[in-house]
Amino acid sequence: MQITALLAVLALFPAYALQAASPGAPQTRPSTPIAFVGARLVPIEGPPIENGVLVVREGLIARIGPLDSTPIPAGAIVRDVAGLTILPGLVDTHSHIGGGGAGDRSAPIQPEVRILDSINPLSPSFQRAQAGGITTANVMPGSGHLLSGQTLYLKLRDGRTIDDLLIRTSEGTIAGGIKMANGTNSRRDPPFPGTRAKSAALVRQRFVEAQAYVQKLANGDEPERDLGLEALAEVLSRKRVVHHHTHRHDDILTVLRLAEEFGFRVVLHHVSDGWKVAREIAAADVPCSIIVVDSPGGKLEARDVSFSTGKALEDAGVRVAFHTDDWITDSRLFLRCAALGVRAGMSRDKALAAVTLEAARMLDLDDRIGSLRVGKDADFVLLDGDPLSVYTRVRETWIEGVRVFDRSADEDRLWANGGFGAGDERPPVCCFDSATSTR
Amino acid sequence: MSAHAVLAALAALAFPLAPSTAAQELVVRGRVVYTMAGPPIQNGVVWIRDGKIVAVGPAADIELPSGLETLSAAVVTPGLVDAHSVVGLAGWQNLPHVSDQLENSAPIQPELDARDAYNPRELLIGWLRGFGVTTIHTGHAPGALVAGQTLIAKTRGDTVEEALIVPHAMVAATLGPGALRDDAPGTRSKAVALLRAELIRARAYDAKRAGDEPPDRDLRLETLARVLRRELPLLVTVHRSHDIQTALRLAREFELELVLDGAAECYLLLDEIAAAGVPVLLHPTMARANGETENLAMDTALTLATAQIPFALQSGYEPYVPKTRVVLFEAAIACAWGLPFERALASITIDAARILGIDARLGSLEVGKDGDVALFDGDPFETTNHCIGVVIEGEVVSREVR
Repeated sequence: MQITALLAVLALFPAYALQAASPGAPQTRPSTPIAFVGARLVPIEGPPIENGVLVVREGLIARIGPLDSTPIPAGAIVRDVAGLTILPGLVDTHSHIGGGGAGDRSAPIQPEVRILDSINPLSPSFQRAQAGGITTANVMPGSGHLLSGQTLYLKLRDGRTIDDLLIRTSEGTIAGGIKMANGTNSRRDPPFPGTRAKSAALVRQRFVEAQAYVQKLANGDEPERDLGLEALAEVLSRKRVVHHHTHRHDDILTVLRLAEEFGFRVVLHHVSDGWKVAREIAAADVPCSIIVVDSPGGKLEARDVSFSTGKALEDAGVRVAFHTDDWITDSRLFLRCAALGVRAGMSRDKALAAVTLEAARMLDLDDRIGSLRVGKDADFVLLDGDPLSVYTRVRETWIEGVRVFDRSADEDRLWANGGFGAGDERPPVCCFDSATSTR
Repeated sequence: MSAHAVLAALAALAFPLAPSTAAQELVVRGRVVYTMAGPPIQNGVVWIRDGKIVAVGPAADIELPSGLETLSAAVVTPGLVDAHSVVGLAGWQNLPHVSDQLENSAPIQPELDARDAYNPRELLIGWLRGFGVTTIHTGHAPGALVAGQTLIAKTRGDTVEEALIVPHAMVAATLGPGALRDDAPGTRSKAVALLRAELIRARAYDAKRAGDEPPDRDLRLETLARVLRRELPLLVTVHRSHDIQTALRLAREFELELVLDGAAECYLLLDEIAAAGVPVLLHPTMARANGETENLAMDTALTLATAQIPFALQSGYEPYVPKTRVVLFEAAIACAWGLPFERALASITIDAARILGIDARLGSLEVGKDGDVALFDGDPFETTNHCIGVVIEGEVVSREVR
């Protein structure tokens, strides 16, 4: 959010004017309650509420319910949002916004490498994601490795530094998973594997080493610190979830086999052939984060990618999320993924849960985000229509009680629509004079 | 789409499952028929005989013989026209043996004939057809200063000849960073210098060919001479504002028939483009904003419409996933970003046909034109709706619910 957006916020909410975000500065959570009145609320947990009230305070959801039975706190700022729809902030389980990477070409398995150390928090891709209603994203390194590094679960706050975007777990650690891949992307020249069986063998060998490392720690031995094995130990202890790129049906089953063998928790990502092995995925009780693209192909293993994967997995009882894989698909069109799922037969409820609550579950964040429930983070989007309609636009995106995107503000609209200057890095400081710029 | 959904749709729409015995005639009924040649017709009928439309209008006004095969849908449109694609030269895989869209052995190769690489059985052609696309302008891809020729085909046919409707449509060129190579051209200016020199050679060659002692045939110069004679438009893929200016400058110097392609920053040059009378095959609305397209805008189609610059939407070229875009979806997003519904539909039907020079034959539902029709179960642009039938020259080529 930039200067005029900030001014708009100031005008609307004088009560916490001094606490409102400035561009690139971390925000404090406004203490004055704000009541959003008259919207259709889609809480995801529970049925939609027509003509509802959503009260946010201190960055959390304080109240939610129908207008006639939900009192508006005294002193609250009241926003009349009749005619709009409010959804929980969208959760993208697989994104590459921020231009980060992790592992290099030196090895196929690099658990010690963190995407944290490479993300550019001023990349305009963050603004585009806000414009698409995304409030939390699992930002991942690529799929060119068997294991390319540690991922980050980020809140897309208007941040200046990467620290402004981090999510802390209840234990104080930085929330994130680990990225793995199989199939063709991670098959390359040595030291990378050349076949599928070699790929699995390399992974298995490294996990066996991690098991030994964990055992030494348990025995009270003091093995030399190994950052990679430390990260894999978190995977083995089920603290750190594996986000596993996989397309072909047999590759999917290889992931399930390895997960069972080593007892790690896994989310299957992309899952192009998931419709062929939906029963097996369901039996393993493993959730799927799926991609929807406008045509099959691009590589051999994406030949059978289908709009109907979501339906097939839903029918089999598999928990499903969608993801943008931004830049593969555009974060501003994330809700379109859910709509394409419905086009191919997925239920509307599951499709909406697949971009909110189910996605939050896959990141172990469902106690904090993913639905409109009292006590959860005040992360939500204001839409001007049916969430699954192509004609519906995101009007505003709020994170922890702070508006981070406002379509009525010129600068934010630049991110939402594109245009001259939209490709530039976001100016981090206040001295940027938008009146004299080329924008 | 599951078999269940297909059956449900078939039942709901009363599609006859058996092919017609007399395949020469077909009737398409729509609760709304967008002819693109006048206002939409409520409760309309399109009657096709021997591949051509013989009647179109309100059902009440058209007396049909009984027993004709009839398709029905909520919304009926002309078969969609993809104004620029590489499908058929580029296959569904990103592997060399099916990637014939770009030849890198030299920067200027206008002699490359798209017919010699077009695979009419390519999987992605069927994919596009299932979403109502009946005509594609396809050929050599962006990525070389002059990449080669393009063709126009129907999305059917087992041979190139069966599919073709225009064997030589345009000559595809690229300006800006997309045209640059490790050797030459390595800069924008060098690229333009090379192209100008080649065009000047072609002009001299053309003059000599008409003279008393014609030189030996040179396919490269011969093709460029056709461009200079305005028999073939020069399709220039270009995105940055200053590169678009270069394309306009070249067109002025050589009096070319220019078609701008991609044109991410064209919104900065509306007056210049309008004054030049140049049409735009606009980048896909959902094209990725990075590199030279970093400033693309999703409402540029609306901007062009407002400026009254002729434009059409395209599926473009994708090297990875998705391997092709679908103009139906690109028009939908353009519409969602402000382009009025009928303008959006026109950008993938009649307006595309006009820029491609095939509007006398297709692009609208009018008597005498090809019986190319797309059927939808509601607003074609709404993401959750479906294309439920496709007709090419009176032949039902898809009954899938897509």
